[in-house]
Amino acid sequence: MLYREAGQFKSSYADDQRIFPLRQDRHAFWALLAAAYVGVPLLANDYWLQAILTPVLIFSLAALGLNILTGYAGQLSLGSAAFMAVGAFAAYNFMLRLPWMPFPLAFVLGGVTAALAGLLFGLPSFRIKGYYLAVATLAAQFFIIWVLTKFPWFSNYSSSGVITAQVLSLAGYKFLTPVSKYLLVLICVSLFALAAKNMTRCAIGRAWMAVRDMDVAASVVGIRLMPVKLLAFAVSSFYCGLAGVLYAYCYIGTVEPEAFSLDLSFRILFMVIVGGMGSILGSFLGAAFIVLLPIGLDHILSALPGAWLPAGFGSNLQLMLFGGLIIFFLIVEPQGLARLWQIAKEKLRLWPFPH
Amino acid sequence: MSELQFFAEVLTGGLLSGLLYALVALGFVLIYKASGVFNFAQGAMVFFAALTYVGCLEKLPRWTGLAADSVLLVWLALLLALAAMLLLALAIERLVLRPLVNQPPQTLFMATIGLAYFIEGLAQGVWGANVRGLELGIQDVPMDWVLDHTGMIVSRFDLFAAGVAATLVTGLALFFRHSRVGRALRAVADDHQAALSVGIPLATIWRIVWAIAGFVALVSGLIWGARNGVQFALTYTALKALPVLILGGFESVPGAIVGGLIVGASEKLAEVYIGPWVGGGVESWFPYMLALLFLLIRPEGLFGEKHMDRV
Amino acid sequence: MAARAIGPVMLELRNIALSFGGVQALRGISFDVRQHEIRAIIGPNGAGKSSLLNVINGVYVPQQGEIVFQGRVRRRMDRHEAARQGMARTFQNIALFKGMSVLDNIMTGRLLKMRCNFLQQALYWGAAQREEIAHRARAEEIIEFLEIEHLRKTPVGRLPYGLQKRVELGRALAAEPCLLLLDEPMAGMNVEEKQDMCRYILDVNQELGTTVVLIEHDMGVVMDLSDRVLVLDYGRKIGDGRPAEVRADPLVVAAYLGNPSMPEGHA
Ligand SMILES: Nc1ncnc2c1ncn2[C@@H]1O[C@H](COP(=O)(O)OP(=O)(O)OP(=O)(O)O)[C@@H](O)[C@H]1O
Ligand SMILES: [Mg+2]
Repeated sequence: MLYREAGQFKSSYADDQRIFPLRQDRHAFWALLAAAYVGVPLLANDYWLQAILTPVLIFSLAALGLNILTGYAGQLSLGSAAFMAVGAFAAYNFMLRLPWMPFPLAFVLGGVTAALAGLLFGLPSFRIKGYYLAVATLAAQFFIIWVLTKFPWFSNYSSSGVITAQVLSLAGYKFLTPVSKYLLVLICVSLFALAAKNMTRCAIGRAWMAVRDMDVAASVVGIRLMPVKLLAFAVSSFYCGLAGVLYAYCYIGTVEPEAFSLDLSFRILFMVIVGGMGSILGSFLGAAFIVLLPIGLDHILSALPGAWLPAGFGSNLQLMLFGGLIIFFLIVEPQGLARLWQIAKEKLRLWPFPH
Repeated sequence: MSELQFFAEVLTGGLLSGLLYALVALGFVLIYKASGVFNFAQGAMVFFAALTYVGCLEKLPRWTGLAADSVLLVWLALLLALAAMLLLALAIERLVLRPLVNQPPQTLFMATIGLAYFIEGLAQGVWGANVRGLELGIQDVPMDWVLDHTGMIVSRFDLFAAGVAATLVTGLALFFRHSRVGRALRAVADDHQAALSVGIPLATIWRIVWAIAGFVALVSGLIWGARNGVQFALTYTALKALPVLILGGFESVPGAIVGGLIVGASEKLAEVYIGPWVGGGVESWFPYMLALLFLLIRPEGLFGEKHMDRV
Repeated sequence: MAARAIGPVMLELRNIALSFGGVQALRGISFDVRQHEIRAIIGPNGAGKSSLLNVINGVYVPQQGEIVFQGRVRRRMDRHEAARQGMARTFQNIALFKGMSVLDNIMTGRLLKMRCNFLQQALYWGAAQREEIAHRARAEEIIEFLEIEHLRKTPVGRLPYGLQKRVELGRALAAEPCLLLLDEPMAGMNVEEKQDMCRYILDVNQELGTTVVLIEHDMGVVMDLSDRVLVLDYGRKIGDGRPAEVRADPLVVAAYLGNPSMPEGHA
């Protein structure tokens, strides 16, 4: 009898429109936040912080971005990683060339630059849809990475376009430890996840979903398709761009353009598919799943008593698993892990009485 | 050599490799027409086919005890690769297409991205990931006759490859025009109900078409593999078929050919004339940008027609 | 029957022609709609009724003719402009947003009236929150009017056909339109559902004064509801006038000959 809505009357629309209308959900969420902000920094070791929690959070942000564009606004994109690259390289250059700039501003400007690039490559969505648009986003993927590789100015003339993230410092404090970087990422991700939730439950979110579900009807209720789609591209690329900044500054530190490959774009797409299209929660679940799967797989394979496994077996198995899982989810649960979570909650609500 | 001669040489080289893009694009078009699926995995199929062929060629002497230079080996390897593509087609129809029938096109598209990952993992898992050469017995040397008469360098291999591509394209076009399966296929493209009246079950048509696409992938894989080596990058080369399709339209065989020629020629010209100014590597993105710009001007493609959405 | 006074002409189409490739869907159609009236459009299948409605709010672009709405003469209507000027509509093949709930679908009808920008919405603070709640209240009024309170959080894709049509009407009403275009709002409904739908349309027309243009095959409904009827056949106008006049018109009867959807009398 723990998970019940009985006795909770919603007396106003404001109550009904909260993110978590149920009290139990709210409590669980606050507990989760407390664990993330207090429990984890106190308890987790560096391996967990650096290799697992930080990347999961960063990719959640990227997946949120793609989910806004593809899951909510219905515009398929295969170029998310390129927008991450734009964010990372833009922030690097802002900090390099304007040393007075506090890093939060450089981070935001990195995101804004990515948003502008997103706008540019979103322009064709005015005239084309579906696969055509997907191919257009491939142009962004290949072109942007090429530009960042071929014009050494972007990487300050380092060899082969590698950039090394500057040390982040704010009011004398330097973000050097894994905990401090984790907390920085956590703050960014919580803020922007909240913003995404707010947008998607408000007018603009409805406009995006309307365009996704039926664009003719959307235009007939008075939605201007072009600005709405472009805004989705801009917001989505901003999120990806910021994720790229965090990836460079709080996760790997030294990064080359090729790190933001087509493969990474696909992985972000997989996060959205596995997690759940059109779901904020799903973006987190999907990112966790796709980031953790290879790590878990490595652990399992290394525990196996076999030097007999051929070289590269793990990475090929990973490719097959990813591919298989995508097909599996599309067939069995197209709404992804978020939907499974919802079903589990509904079961719990009825438990222990099946009716 | 004169400026004009040089231009003609680059153009010819581009057009010849464009025919190869057309060949890969043809695989897409066939599947799109028959099952309405935009098969992103076509590139992975090309890779898989080529790798299976060279892999068999490597292993067969040990398995069969044949001498390593026996002609029989080549034929056996070809046969095995073909069988593998057939099996793959059957498996895809059964495990991916059938469960996803009637799903929105975007879902099917994403499923084929998953399929591409699966096939790539499978191919490398079975045969290993190292780069291999592939020998078709045709040298990549200038044609003496052309060199003597026009002063242009035209590769013998390119000409051979273009010939193969042209033959295959013509053959398939004839097959679809005149055979029963071909007629059924065209009916399916128009209307799934109508196709049933031809008397061939839809599943069978899909299997046949995916198998043919597998065959086309094998031929493309052999040629591309002989040219650039059999390696993962083959999948990226095959991706260039996407802008080809955008230019030519997803449903048109002639469109695929014309689109392929445009992409092949323009990317070579861009590499030679624009490349030096910007540090090279233009080929990696030029076809996509070309397709993108083209879409802005003519969203319905070269051969498509304008239409109003029906409500 | 009309309790409200019919006003001056608010919408006029002049000599509209539309074709798709070889198919001439509309051939020189002229007609007008007066304020506060219920204007029916009838005709056999493929007569061009839906096309005409689509021309009125800019879904289709005619090759010839003029559209005069609220005193402005236009060659073509822009969909967005039409919505801003107070047109709202439903579609023959329900065009709801399938992935969204009933409430969200109805809320999209109010999008044009919402003023906050996306940054304010991202913060969901102050003005944005107040606006959201105020419009929610208006949407709830419509939900109550259409008697679908119990379904507000249901995804529309899961509703049966009749209820989907009702939600689509709700979305149109949410925009508080002055001109409501309804494309076969009662098609495929049972008698009870049809009666409900008729009541909603009449209520809206009489109490809010909303002008209605309505395509309908059920002649009983047309006779009961409408003030004037336009008859199309093969893209041509073959009749226009009061219901009783139109039904007595030999041309109209001939067009419908052998068509079972032309019944004898009132339903
Ligand atoms: N988008 C379109 N593209 C091509 N042809 C169209 C389109 N829309 C309508 N048509 C054609 O125009 C003609 C008129 O169609 P319309 O839908 O207006 O008829 P209708 O009177 O609404 O018929 P129904 O009673 O069946 O709804 C038909 O021949 C139809 O096939
Ligand atoms: Mg109609």
